[in-house]
This record gives sequence, structure tokens and C-alpha cells, in this order.
Amino acid sequence: MEGNVFKYGANVDTDVIIPARYCTSFHKEELAPHCLEDLDATFAKRVQPSDIIVAGRNFGCGSSRENAPLAILGAGVGAVVAESFARIFYRNSINVGLPILECPEAAQAAQNGDRLAIDLEKGVIRNLTRGGQYTAVPFPESIRRIMEIGGLEEYVKHRLMTNDK
Amino acid sequence: MPQTIAQKILSRHAGKESVQNGELIFAKVDMVLGTDVTVPLSVEVFRRMGAKKVFDPAKIALVNDHFIPAKDLKAAQLSQIMRQFAQEMDAPHFFEVGRSGICHVLLPDEGLVKPGDLVVGADSHTCTYGALGAFSTGIGSTDMACAWALGELWFRVPSTIKVEVTGKLPKWVGGKDIALYVIGKLGVEGALYKALEFTGDTIRNLPMDGRFTLCNLAIEAGAKTGLVASDDKTAAFMAQFPQLKWDPVFSDPEAAYSEEYTFDVSDLQPQVAKPYLPSNAVPVGDLKGVKVDQVVLGSCTNGHLSDFQLAAEAMRGRKVHPHTRLVVIPSSHKVMLELLDSGLARTFTEAGAVIGPPTCGPCIGGHMGILAQNEVGLYTTNRNFVGRNGHPSSQVYLAGPAVAGATAVAGEISSP
Repeated sequence: MEGNVFKYGANVDTDVIIPARYCTSFHKEELAPHCLEDLDATFAKRVQPSDIIVAGRNFGCGSSRENAPLAILGAGVGAVVAESFARIFYRNSINVGLPILECPEAAQAAQNGDRLAIDLEKGVIRNLTRGGQYTAVPFPESIRRIMEIGGLEEYVKHRLMTNDK
Repeated sequence: MPQTIAQKILSRHAGKESVQNGELIFAKVDMVLGTDVTVPLSVEVFRRMGAKKVFDPAKIALVNDHFIPAKDLKAAQLSQIMRQFAQEMDAPHFFEVGRSGICHVLLPDEGLVKPGDLVVGADSHTCTYGALGAFSTGIGSTDMACAWALGELWFRVPSTIKVEVTGKLPKWVGGKDIALYVIGKLGVEGALYKALEFTGDTIRNLPMDGRFTLCNLAIEAGAKTGLVASDDKTAAFMAQFPQLKWDPVFSDPEAAYSEEYTFDVSDLQPQVAKPYLPSNAVPVGDLKGVKVDQVVLGSCTNGHLSDFQLAAEAMRGRKVHPHTRLVVIPSSHKVMLELLDSGLARTFTEAGAVIGPPTCGPCIGGHMGILAQNEVGLYTTNRNFVGRNGHPSSQVYLAGPAVAGATAVAGEISSP
């Protein structure tokens, strides 16, 4: 996967990712036009499929709204690379299938407009503009197992089908 | 192995002798909370999962609080989806408009949480119930659908930060001020992926309302939950529900903490967090003279009767400043009745305040008092992020009810 960087700072909260005034919808197509609008009014217009959000520490802090990773997915973003993620956003991203990579070095080095290539399988991030290569913090093994089944939704579906309650 | 409260509650619910920090477990939950803004997505996911019935209808709570009374057609449809789901699941703890309240005040008051419980809620301030010694944490909508379907959910066992608070609190200073001060010291990600356990003589002397406020704000330091060990005050609160059986859970004396802090609050001034982070806490005296367009008194953070009493006391019979609006939001139907019975509803109304119905409205910038361009608010709520409460150029200062009352009558940030 390859895309251009939209770079933001630390503590990008879920209120700026998708303000509550739009959370009367929970469908990603309806949320997408308002993604990040209070932080960067032109983001939703400029973002192209598989572009990459790069941010500082504690990305996705605040409200538990799953609308936040959905809005980012709806906008076509291919992955979010940050120095760290707030915990509910981290869960929600895994659950809705938004690729997130915790990688302080890559996040600090990348600048607005840089081109990144990401191997999601290996967690390897290459900055094609500046030439660096970085490896993201791997997901804990048990979270990888949930991801391999296809996320929590598929996991529950599987357990219900096999009657393994 | 010595264990913290967090480890003990999680291990019991995972059917294990003990758990290690960082370990990923599946644990059974005692209560699953959802609201009008998070339930509809969960219902959609729940159906896609192929689930037909929730694991135990009595262990789910469905609360109308965020956009109610319905702020527009879409909000009305969200409540409608939740209402129909409650009927379909025959869920006894569905709370209709007019008999509801903000979930984090409502659930403890309804006896739906007890010490030692494992509670999850699709609302980030679910950490509030840690005040009762429950392990209680915020989740997303897909998580909630999983918990409904299976009665269990995955958790990563957090390490615990011990925060000892000591000293007699000065007049006007309460749980909100302790919380803002501690978040100011730890930072908004200081407790990321961790639990916060509050101990010390100040906490032992802090009334339950103050403990709810303190634990409510644990998420603003990034924490998974805030915890206060059960004591006589917890027992007195739980005595409202004699039918509920519960055992207090304590951290073992030799339990390992990832970090330990001690804060002496005997000289603490009322705290105010400046825009745009709850960690920007400074003493109220540093902000004297900041003009305020709107004061919001209420929310899941400071929405108990004692909060309104303290604000009214700080107003000292004066009227709301001519250039300022005071929006008072009782946090539940029960608190609304308490405002009526105590005469406070009249006190606030005569002072020139508007009293709204129990709702999250202005705290999330939903409805019932949105800030216009460049307006300044002082709120007793929990977050002051860019655009959260209205126009992205508006600014919100966070404070406790005493500062809110004093500010409403002065028209500028003021110390009571």
C-alpha cells in the first residue's frame, strides 16, 4: 500500500476526527465528508484513496465513538501511523478493520505530503520521499489471532455458529 | 501472587487464579451499557454476527441520554432503533426519555453496578463506576455487540498506577479539582492502557459524589479505569440496594504498581483546565478576568445534587451576569426531582439560569446550548477539545461547580 502523508500533531481526539454533531449517522460514507473537519477543513476534499494519516502521541483520545475510525475508513485512508494510540480507538480500529501502526520514528520523520509505502503484514513503513525504513510495534499475539479470523465480528460469528458460548 | 484490585476483578471474571499485566484474556461481564448514540451501530453489527438473543437481558442497560429529547430527525431514529431493540430483547433496563438520566449517574442510582463487578460501556466515561470499586471501562460499538452476544469480551490486563491523595481539602475544593490537578500532573496520556487506583486520607474522606467525579475523569489521563477501594462510604451507598450481594475487593499490600504518586491537596486552589486539553489545569486565580459567555453546570462529571448545591452556594443569591448565560442540566430524572424538592430549581431559575432536561447535549456539542464562533464557555463537564462544544473557534474552560457558580454571576472566571 502506498499513499501521501497528511500529518497532524499529538492528541488528535475523536471529537475532531468526527464531531458529535455528525454522529447521528454511523455509516462511513455519510461520516467521511466531515472527517477531521474541525482540525483541517480541507482534509476530506484533498484525501485520496490509500493516503496515510501520520500523527503524534495519543491519537484517537476522548470519546469511544466507533464513528471515528469509520469516518477515516470512509474517507479512503489506507492506514494511520502514530507515535501512540488511545486505547478505545485502538480497539475500535482493530474491530472495524482500520490499519493502525504504532511507530514513533516513522511518525516523527514523515512530513506533510511525503509518500509512504506500508507493508501491513510485516508492519514495515518506508518513506519513499526521505528514504527511511521503520518497523511498527507488533500487535500482541492474541490480538493478531482476532485479526487473523477477520476481526471481532467474524470471531463472534464463528463462536455462535459453532455454538461455543 | 499479590494482586491489585484491577487484576483481582479481571482474574475472577476470566475464571483464573491470577492474571499478569499485559495478558490478553476473555472475561465475563456483569453489565453492558449502551446509549442512543452507540447502540444503533451495535444493533447492526449484532445482526451481522448472526446473533438472535443477548446473553442476559437483565445485564444490558440501554440509556437515552446523548441526543435526547431527540434533537432532530436522525437522533429520533437512533432512539427508535434502541427502543425497538430493547423491546425485542425484552431488556428490563431500558431508560426512556423522562425516566432516564445521563448513564453514568443513572446506573449507580439504579443499583445496576456493585463493587467487584466487571462493567463495560460504549461510552468512554464508563470508568465512572470505579468509584464503587468496580472494574469499569469504555468500549466501542462492535465490542458492545460482542459482549451482548457472548457475555464476554477481550481485555488486556492493565498495570495500575497508585495515586495517593492526602490532606484536608480546602473549602470549595472537591473531586473535580483533585481530578484536574492529577490529570495536569500525569498528562492526557499519562495513564494510557493503565488503571488508576486512588488512595489516601483525602479519598477516604471524599463523599461518593466526589469519587464518581474523580473516577469519571480517569479517561482524561488516558486510563482504562479509575478505582477506589470499597469502604464505609461505599457500603452506605450500596445500602440503598439491600437485595444486592457484593464483596469488597482490595489490592494486596504487596501488590505491584507500575508507578506511585503522592499529592498533598491541603492547599489546593480550585482548578481550571484551559482550552483545549483537560490536562491544562491551573489554579483559578491565574485566570481571573477571562470573560465567559456561557456556563454549563451538570453532566456525568458534576451532575449530582451536591454539585448543584455547591454552585448555588457560590452564587450567593446573586443573578447571572447580564452578558453570561447559565445552563443547568440535572443529570437524571431523580436529580431533577431533587432540584425541585430542595428549592434549587427556583434558585437557579430566579437567578436567570435556564434548566434543561437530563441530557449529554451541551457537553458533546449535540444540542441544548452550543457555543458560537469565538465564544468562551466555562463548563463542569469533562472535555474541552477543539470544536467539542460548538464552533471550532470557541473555547471551553473546565472547572468544578463552585467556580462555575462564581463565574456565572461574575461574567468572568472567578474564585468562589
